[in-house]
Amino acid sequence: MSELPGDLKYTKEHEWLRQEEDGSVTIGITDHAQTALGDLVYVELPEVGQEVESGGEMAVVESVKAASDVYAPIGGKIIKINDELSEDPEKINVDPYGDGWIVRLQPSGDAGETMDPDAYQSFIDELDE
Amino acid sequence: MGSQTPLYSCHVEAGARIVDFGGWDMPLHYGSQLEEHHAVRRHAGAFDVSHMTVVDLSGAGATEFLRRLLANDVARLKEQGKALYSCMLNADGGVIDDLITYYLAPNRYRVIVNAATRDKDLAWINEQAGSYAVDVAERPELAMIAVQGPEARLLAATFLDDQWREPALALKPFYALEAGDLFVARTGYTGEDGWEIVMPAAQAPSFWDQCIAAGIQPCGLGARDTLRLEAGMNLYGTDMDETISPLEAGLGWTIAWDPEDRDFIGREPLTEMRANPGRRKFAGLLLESKGVLRNHQRVVVEGKDDGEITSGGFSPTLERSIAMARIPAGDYEHAQVEVRNRLLDVRVVNMPFVRNGKIRIDL
Repeated sequence: MSELPGDLKYTKEHEWLRQEEDGSVTIGITDHAQTALGDLVYVELPEVGQEVESGGEMAVVESVKAASDVYAPIGGKIIKINDELSEDPEKINVDPYGDGWIVRLQPSGDAGETMDPDAYQSFIDELDE
Repeated sequence: MGSQTPLYSCHVEAGARIVDFGGWDMPLHYGSQLEEHHAVRRHAGAFDVSHMTVVDLSGAGATEFLRRLLANDVARLKEQGKALYSCMLNADGGVIDDLITYYLAPNRYRVIVNAATRDKDLAWINEQAGSYAVDVAERPELAMIAVQGPEARLLAATFLDDQWREPALALKPFYALEAGDLFVARTGYTGEDGWEIVMPAAQAPSFWDQCIAAGIQPCGLGARDTLRLEAGMNLYGTDMDETISPLEAGLGWTIAWDPEDRDFIGREPLTEMRANPGRRKFAGLLLESKGVLRNHQRVVVEGKDDGEITSGGFSPTLERSIAMARIPAGDYEHAQVEVRNRLLDVRVVNMPFVRNGKIRIDL
């Protein structure tokens, strides 16, 4: 089992959030999520400038097996998308917390419930049992 | 916990992701489904298919019984070892299961049916067998390993006893051979050359280990599904079931209409459906844009009724999304599929998409 990066927050939907210095938040899916999905073959990204609601659909990641919605863990405006995922969706499999980031958004409201690495680890340990 | 094949612990040790499939704990993949898929198209892969059900039929009435039970005609099997793909229909012409029958010797056959349909298949076969002089024997003590891919036969041949190596390699496609304890068939579910090898359960783990040591890639159900989809091969329960006739599942070619007096189960309703020009057809779809087609998505055809995708997914060989779909009759090349409330353009194509490592459609 790989170690969870300590500087990130996590959600029950298996997304991670990184607080950036400029106040924006980078979002991706966790290693647990990419492992469960298997090889990713397509990512549907939102438009830059699009407003998303907390808990609303923000992107779709599709593996050979299934399509899975990525929900916005926090409301705000999309300020950047990871275009490279259109050509190389497997970046999410290879480097979920780095090159496999999905969007960056400028929050406009409160974040939903998030967990620190220890809490998320316990959460997925329970799921695996 | 579901049923486990004799290879279950091999899969777990190899780090397989295990999923439930028709009540069996089976490997989905061993790390990367895409790599497993490509290994079969380019080199060789091994699949544990021990969950499938082997049934041996023998007795003076075996041939007569199978000619009644199956929509295809075992009388076409003139040479020993020859295999026949067929549907087993209910009285309404719906598909109870699809299966392969191997002709072993006069009035002796081996039938291999799907795992998820085992119970109803055996019940149906035994019920129909009633008045025939036929012995129906399930062989749960047997395991089955499929080795598939352009190099699979040559690699796997080295694990056979010397006396069987040459005759096994001499098998033509869709023929099988009883090789001592083993049963070697040049059949498969991937669109590539290869063998399906039935063996006593106790021999399966060492055979599997030899495959892996020889560089044959272990492959899970995930790759099995994308390979069969590219090869245009139907999956029971997904592409057809008891409410669908073979005529609407692209399996008309498996129905033996001649001789006209062979009264196989389902013949009458099938004959009526055959005369109906409005019946739906079964075709391949190629997604023109990025995205992934999925099972049950709606197919929209201008001026006609809607159709439905039965099997959709990503084709690793084409690097595009493909699907099998039941769509309105008629000649047309363009249609659309509803994906998350948007209509995406698809092209209607003849299957297979891929066969023997080669792309068979225009991209």
